[in-house]
Amino acid sequence: MNQTHTDQVLQNEGAPAFYTTEEHHPENSTMLGFWLYLMSDCLIFAVLFATHAVVGRNFAAGPTPADLFDLNLVAINTAMLLFSSITYGFAMLQMERNAKAETLFWLGVTMLFGLAFLTIELYEFYHLIHEGAGPTRSAFLSSFFTLVGTHGAHVTAGIIWMVVLMIQVAKRGLIVENRRRLMCLSMFWHFLDVVWIGVFSFVYLLGVLG
Amino acid sequence: MFSNPDLLKFVFGRLTLDSIPYHEPILVVTFIVVALGGIALLGALTYFRVWGYLWTNWLTSVDHKKIGIMYIILAVIMLLRGFSDAIMMRLQQAIAFGGSGGYLPPHHYDQIFTAHGVIMIFFVAMPLVTGLMNFVVPLQIGARDVSFPFLNNFSFWMTVAGAIIVMLSLFIGEFARTGWLAYPPLSGADYSPGVGVDYYIWGLQVAGIGTTLSGINLIATIIKMRAPGMTLMKMPVFTWTSLCTNVLIVATFPILAATLALLTLDRYAGMNFFTNDLGGNPMMYVNLIWIWGHPEVYILVLPAFGVFSEVVSTFCGKRLFGYTSMVYATVVITVLSYLVWLHHFFTMGAGASVNAFFGITTMIISIPTGAKIFNWLFTMYRGRIRFEVPMLWTMGFMVTFVIGGMTGVLLAVPPADFVLHNSLFLIAHFHNVIIGGVVFGMFAGITYWFPKAFGYKLDPFWGKMSFWFWLVGFYFAFMPLYVLGLMGVTRRVNEFEDPSLQIWFVIAAFGAALIAVGIASFIIQLIVSFFKRDQLRDTTGDPWDGRTLEWSTSSPPPEYNFAFTPVIHDHDTWWDMKKRRYERPLTGFKSIHMPKNTGTGIILAGLNVVFAFGMIWYMWWLAILAFVAIVAVAIGHTFNYNRDFYIPADEVSNTEGERTRLLAGQA
Repeated sequence: MNQTHTDQVLQNEGAPAFYTTEEHHPENSTMLGFWLYLMSDCLIFAVLFATHAVVGRNFAAGPTPADLFDLNLVAINTAMLLFSSITYGFAMLQMERNAKAETLFWLGVTMLFGLAFLTIELYEFYHLIHEGAGPTRSAFLSSFFTLVGTHGAHVTAGIIWMVVLMIQVAKRGLIVENRRRLMCLSMFWHFLDVVWIGVFSFVYLLGVLG
Repeated sequence: MFSNPDLLKFVFGRLTLDSIPYHEPILVVTFIVVALGGIALLGALTYFRVWGYLWTNWLTSVDHKKIGIMYIILAVIMLLRGFSDAIMMRLQQAIAFGGSGGYLPPHHYDQIFTAHGVIMIFFVAMPLVTGLMNFVVPLQIGARDVSFPFLNNFSFWMTVAGAIIVMLSLFIGEFARTGWLAYPPLSGADYSPGVGVDYYIWGLQVAGIGTTLSGINLIATIIKMRAPGMTLMKMPVFTWTSLCTNVLIVATFPILAATLALLTLDRYAGMNFFTNDLGGNPMMYVNLIWIWGHPEVYILVLPAFGVFSEVVSTFCGKRLFGYTSMVYATVVITVLSYLVWLHHFFTMGAGASVNAFFGITTMIISIPTGAKIFNWLFTMYRGRIRFEVPMLWTMGFMVTFVIGGMTGVLLAVPPADFVLHNSLFLIAHFHNVIIGGVVFGMFAGITYWFPKAFGYKLDPFWGKMSFWFWLVGFYFAFMPLYVLGLMGVTRRVNEFEDPSLQIWFVIAAFGAALIAVGIASFIIQLIVSFFKRDQLRDTTGDPWDGRTLEWSTSSPPPEYNFAFTPVIHDHDTWWDMKKRRYERPLTGFKSIHMPKNTGTGIILAGLNVVFAFGMIWYMWWLAILAFVAIVAVAIGHTFNYNRDFYIPADEVSNTEGERTRLLAGQA
């Protein structure tokens, strides 16, 4: 039954090539893989946004967004994150120019903006909890703290990643692996920016309006 | 010092001696058996000095073939556990009548049905599916490995870590008593204060990370690593179904992770997402979990459809009928699977319009599925059918799955569902499609690709025994449940009043016993085949006269899969090559670039078990330490830039020369 032809020695002139002796270099999959990861992460935020849409007005006779949110503070915070995205962009431009010191400089600036963002966020959380508007007070506050906190946790992870990458760039220079990693972190960082725009608009602005 | 309760509480959290269920005879006996078996296994490994071999060649391997095999070993082990739960439930329901409480009190019975569902879905069906995809897909697309080989190893070990966490609950503490999806408020802190739900949450979270990463990995592999010439519409159908399944994995497992995280916050931090008070909304959980849960069943069944497509065309000696429609049907099912979640709770009270929408989308899924059934039938029509074991599973599937599909359409009618919701009719329906679809498909796939993985076929006699016992056993076990469900018997009940129902449960228990023989036959088949491996040896690499690229390699394939990258002209690539007299290259081999093995995956997964254990038992110091260690190891891994090596051309020449001799010998 097994009619294998693997050992056929007959020449067949018209036969097409069934293999290539050239080294086949599949395109590097890292960027696609990282995009896929970002989209999966995006779904986590989607769940949190959807949950906020459903329970975000369940105040349980507790404080409402209008009572709690200080839009000026949030505006400053948003500016910190947006600036950090711009400075990350500068870092990538320097990377393209193969300028190691400048790349590291702009990464450092980005990190400082990121830290400023986190500090303001933590201050806001501290303030809310101090006022008795902690995450256990109502479904609205549970969902607020979880959504904003998850974003903050991502920023924290991004900063840790940035520190690690800065050490690696300092040690090994802008080699192919490090460029790829800087590119991934760049996508991650801008992704967090986009998510924050959603948080700012839907949680803070619409919350205070409503 | 040991009398200081604060210190004890700090060190052990809520873990006390009472958490060890030494007063439950069933668990004590199980523990003794597991412990003796474990000691015997560890002793044997040490005695035969295979630890080093296991570590370097298997546990740290990034070879997709070995990882695939390890996934399937995990699934078979967990199948034994999941099936033990099943047979205990069948026995309990068969005897717990007329005032006899049976042998399982409710608190134990509830843990068993929860564990049965969780284990069968997450730790049997998922590893079977992922394992087969891992093993087969790179071979079918002419790749040397997956896109991210280390990630693949890590994903596997995270799945194992999840399984270990769930298994720990058997002997330390308890498992959830909530049903396999742990609906709140029952699963919230108020009504399930123990560790059961926490075992459930952390087990699934850890395994879920592995599943998501493996999904990303396989999508990237299929998109980026195909051999030259293999356009999307020249991919084998199994690869197509794998692609769709992995898209669904990436599109749904994050939802499961987020949903369980919200439940975790309710339980650990006192938040109010799904509580009854302070604005919580339990139905939000039910919606979210089914937005993951419904695509999940397609994640399981699509690769099974892929297996059947490969098996039917191979064993009928024909091209698959309607390749293009098969691909479109798969994609349509993928999209629709995302639009039907609400049919799991028509009784929520969403109103007529919403229920009608989800009822209709559900029924529409039967159209592409029906198209697939007809494609398989038309492939068989006028084919030269060889009734080998994989083909038997396929035909068993076609009959059984159609019955399950029809009861599914019945359940998709909202008014009918109001009567049948939560009844044994539903239980019969989903076992009908999951056993008839996924399990039969995975057995077909294992039998089909076993010779490729190990170099010898599985013994057909015991394969047929396994098939017939599973098939007949399935009908005996689940047809009575349809009857009982129509009579209004609800699920998850551990004893009954009405003695007229008992006969049906006895028949079902008999069916479960037949399935037990089927599983035993499968295990015997593995053992018998191992001892008869010289008779069953496959020297050609193509034992079934196959059609797709994996059959062009030796059995088992070399580490690097293909000495030269194949060039593809047709979706039945290997058939095309055979027909057009392909000649295997004999000289001119070059060195091959390969990824290095690494122990980071297993270490990270082990730390995750420790972390989860600390979280479950409130041993905060342990959880924090483990978490810090996880981050440190992960960062440390990124400092290793030396991750690949070259297989020298001489070694490739030797391996390929070996194969040339084998092929010459059998001709």
